[in-house]
Amino acid sequence: MEKIYERPHSLIEERGNSFCPGCMHGVAGKLIAEVLDELGQQENTVIVYPIGCGAMNGLFIEADGIVALHGRAPATATGIKRSAPEKLVFTYQGDGDLASIGFAEIMHAANRGENFAVFFVNNSIYGMTGGQMAPTTLEGQKSTTTPMGRNIETEGAPMHMCELVSALERPVYVERVALDTPAHINAAKKAIKKALQNELDCKGFSFVELMSNCPTNWGCSVEETLPFMKEKTLKEFPLGVYKDKEEA
Amino acid sequence: MERKFMKGNEALAEAAVRAGCRFFAGYPITPQNEIPEYLSRRMPEVGGTFVQGESEVASINMVIGSAYTGTRAMTSTSGPGLSLMCEGLSSLAGYGFPAVIMDVMRGGPGTGSIQAAQADYLMLTRGPGHGGFKALVYAPADLQEAVDLTGKAFDKAWEYKNPVFVAMDGCIGSMMEVVELPETRSFEREEFPIYSTTRFGQVDPKRRLSTSMIISEPEQEKWNFIIAEKWAEMERKECMVEEYLTEDAELVIVAYGTSARIAKAAIDQLREEGRRVGMIRPVTIWPFPYDSIRKLDSSVTKKLFCLELSVPVQLIQDVQIGAEGRFEIETYGRTAGQIYTTDDVTEKLRGMMK
Ligand SMILES: Cc1ncc(C[n+]2csc(CCOP(=O)(O)OP(=O)(O)O)c2C)c(N)n1
Repeated sequence: MEKIYERPHSLIEERGNSFCPGCMHGVAGKLIAEVLDELGQQENTVIVYPIGCGAMNGLFIEADGIVALHGRAPATATGIKRSAPEKLVFTYQGDGDLASIGFAEIMHAANRGENFAVFFVNNSIYGMTGGQMAPTTLEGQKSTTTPMGRNIETEGAPMHMCELVSALERPVYVERVALDTPAHINAAKKAIKKALQNELDCKGFSFVELMSNCPTNWGCSVEETLPFMKEKTLKEFPLGVYKDKEEA
Repeated sequence: MERKFMKGNEALAEAAVRAGCRFFAGYPITPQNEIPEYLSRRMPEVGGTFVQGESEVASINMVIGSAYTGTRAMTSTSGPGLSLMCEGLSSLAGYGFPAVIMDVMRGGPGTGSIQAAQADYLMLTRGPGHGGFKALVYAPADLQEAVDLTGKAFDKAWEYKNPVFVAMDGCIGSMMEVVELPETRSFEREEFPIYSTTRFGQVDPKRRLSTSMIISEPEQEKWNFIIAEKWAEMERKECMVEEYLTEDAELVIVAYGTSARIAKAAIDQLREEGRRVGMIRPVTIWPFPYDSIRKLDSSVTKKLFCLELSVPVQLIQDVQIGAEGRFEIETYGRTAGQIYTTDDVTEKLRGMMK
């Protein structure tokens, strides 16, 4: 019988993953593994993981990598890529990691036009530390440090990283995708592949934001995260291509 | 060997290149600015990389990335920048990565003063960052020694897979002296084994997955024992000290860096007056040469005198450990670029010796 689907070789076989049930970090990790297979890059890859739930993908994706310090993945990736340009290097970061503590590092790596890709998983909350407010938390959204809901008068408004990064001169490709529906997941995989192909073609800096969920810390069922994303998160964070130097 | 009249910071940068350094990331801060400036010109000539980081935090994390690839990587900074780097420095030790960090010291605490001082002693020698790590700290007293120790720093960082510091006061960085530069050593990128724990803590020899946080607690503890043994080995083997006329000395100065150079001139003057003064000069301030103090004969030596460009004097903490209560200890510290002259020191010592 013809095999039409199999487990990506770039995923470690004997394990599933240890994310909470329904967490989309696992979907993102699987898509990355599939793309590494398709590009034949598993053996040539160095993944720069964040501090945050996303780092657990390092336990399941069978590739070299380093867990960078909280927020500093773009700096660490700069050191790796500049020293070993033949490697396929990319960061995988959460929203606390990238948009809060690591804001300077992401903006400056983007502004230098480093030749690597960044995958930014936006679940609008700090997952690993137990559900505190992230820079991407929605107005009115409850978290363990905004028990009454985020008040933009005192906590500021959600930060839109694709919009900020695409305002810079040097990035070549910036897109926001989502992981909530099969159609969105297909589009997300295309974006991941495009970003990595850009790097292989030495085109420069690509940034893909992956809209995600956090059932555990949003305090709802897995099913409930889907309408929340559709009606709330994706309204605040519109999907689309924010910059593509090819298309321009 | 090539003899050249050079400014300290530039000689240090050239020494790093000749020791195989091929990656530098750093952020401007006085009094070390000539190091990145020089390397921004020099690195492209040798096929190396220079990056001006957006901060010291970014710079040390770039060094971490470069070290991961097996490249000889370095950063340089001064007090406030060193404070910002602490998480990265601790993590270099936690990952088991080699790198060289040059600290051209200025005054502190806080922004302090941009002038030469020796304000980072306790921070450097106690392991600058969390987690109780240790790292070799070379503290040269003149430019030639600084150049020589820079080469050694790279070798030791690679031997132990641990960060190594070269700590000069701003005087050494800013002055011009004749130096003999070593031959350029070529150094290929060399991937070293990584304590890689992909599959829930099992060490996976196939993968280079580096983390300073190992998910399996028993593996994390095992790793702590491995790196702690490495630090213990450095402590046993890597201590360097100069003992100058200590054998018959009634008073022994303990000083490093430029302070030791000033002290030496003072000792020579006082010896001519028949005063029995000597010096213990730690060349490594970690590990500290406690034995040099321990072996002093307390029927001969009566007093120890800590001389340091810091207010308050910091190295007294180590001197006290070595002294074990056997000697009276006095201190003389200046800071903010207020550097004691040889005459200041001789006068102080004459007063103490009567
Ligand atoms: C310097 C530092 N500060 C704080 C932490 C604690 N910390 C670990 S993960 C995390 C937040 C992660 O949130 P996010 O980046 O949104 O990723 P998620 O877990 O939601 O995927 C924090 C604050 C740390 N490890 N290091």
